[in-house]
Amino acid sequence: MHTPVHEGLFTLDPPALLGALCGECGHHSFPRLAHCPYCGCENVDPVTLSDHGTLWGWTEVTTAPPGYEGVVPFGFGVVELPEGLRIVTRLTSPTATYEYGLAMRLQIVDLGDGVVTWEFTPETGRGV
Amino acid sequence: MTGVEIAGVGLHPFGRFDGVSVTDMGVTAVKAALAEAAIPRGGFQAAFCGTAYAGVAAGHKVLGALALTGMPIVNVEAGCASGGAALQLAMGAIQAGQYESVLVFGMEKMPKGIIRSTFFEPWREQAGLAVTPAYFALRAQRLMRESGITKNQLADVVVKNRKHGVHNPDAMFRKEVTAQEVLDSRLVCDPLHLFMLCSPNEGAAAVVLRRAPADGTARVTLASAVLRSHLPGSVLGEATPLSGIDDSSIPPPTTLAANAAFEEAGVGPDDLDIVECQDTDAARELLAWEELGLCASGDQARVLADGDATFGGRRPVNVSGGLLSKGEPLGASALGQVVELVRQLRGEAGVRQVAGARVGLAHTVGRGANACVTIIKA
Ligand SMILES: [Zn+2]
Repeated sequence: MHTPVHEGLFTLDPPALLGALCGECGHHSFPRLAHCPYCGCENVDPVTLSDHGTLWGWTEVTTAPPGYEGVVPFGFGVVELPEGLRIVTRLTSPTATYEYGLAMRLQIVDLGDGVVTWEFTPETGRGV
Repeated sequence: MTGVEIAGVGLHPFGRFDGVSVTDMGVTAVKAALAEAAIPRGGFQAAFCGTAYAGVAAGHKVLGALALTGMPIVNVEAGCASGGAALQLAMGAIQAGQYESVLVFGMEKMPKGIIRSTFFEPWREQAGLAVTPAYFALRAQRLMRESGITKNQLADVVVKNRKHGVHNPDAMFRKEVTAQEVLDSRLVCDPLHLFMLCSPNEGAAAVVLRRAPADGTARVTLASAVLRSHLPGSVLGEATPLSGIDDSSIPPPTTLAANAAFEEAGVGPDDLDIVECQDTDAARELLAWEELGLCASGDQARVLADGDATFGGRRPVNVSGGLLSKGEPLGASALGQVVELVRQLRGEAGVRQVAGARVGLAHTVGRGANACVTIIKA
């Protein structure tokens, strides 16, 4: 049994982030909210975001931060989706060989006790 | 427009003080500032207190300890810019004619290590997406990519500020470090090493503002104190959202505050003699330089190498040692910068005195996002 760390952020099968597309200003957003975070309008349509993108920033968290009980180290960074949306995300560790523009794909990761969240991993590293 | 004089400043040193409460520290700073301003009991009509972690009615506790209550006391939270937010409110109230004299103070007693912030929902902590230094690291990495900054140059910022801090008796770290020592310190989140990050700590600062005398005899005046929040979009901005868009044309809150502060003060970046800016981490200072208009994007390496921002240089930055030397007690940090600038502009900064300093700028930015830019003139 997998329990998402928070409701409404992502689906498990297939792994996908749940975003929104604004009918007024045309911006995608994540997470999905009642109002567009860019123009404030309510004319937002639910969309499933791309499950792949390119690496835009990365680092590695080596010490467990407050309130976190999962494994360390873990990767942390930003992946840019084809929609132009930059997602703050966990990344598969180690990140030592990562480089700008690396092709990344969404997957689900277990934080412990069956609680799951999303992360991005290099395309070539899938299925490890 | 009514001029606003900075009539007195006071400080409780920044560091770690076991057994000293946050209220005690506030009392020390407030007493010093009131004494400098030679304000009689009941001589100020309002008080604004900046703090993020000191809890409910923190300012009331300080003034209650001094039997100085009765007037409105407003506690202000604006993250790292809390003290600057308090200053803006006080300045505006004097300019509006509401008060003659206002006390502004800020204090904090922070735990060691990564700051736990109520800003983040519990799930975000649980998922590992609430790691403040990791955000700093990503921002540093982008700056390195976009401005050609190297890790060695990040170390040079630390060397500069720690060298300055040696001469500040109110700083927590008063020992010089070499670039090699910085690079040899523990890697916290690549590219940031431990010595490149400021330490959350303890301290307090206070400032007394009053309507400037009409005869122009004010020694130091507050020319502007501007608080701004973020615009949406910047994924690595201090608002720490979960997503963002291409932010290259979105002005950051620091730039919004700086532009307004320069306009109100009637000066520009080239008129500044001395700057205190947010150096939460080494890269943040370099980013602040371009966001404040002190240098063009990509020009930071040259400014560093030329020593322009070092004591003795054309426009020294963080002569107090910055947060990298002083540590960062959130509510006190913006007002601590103001205390430094006032002492400099009065010519009372001793061995770290910047000769002939007449115009200074102080800058803080952090959670919210909140950015505050203050300009002070002699
Ligand atoms: Zn919109």
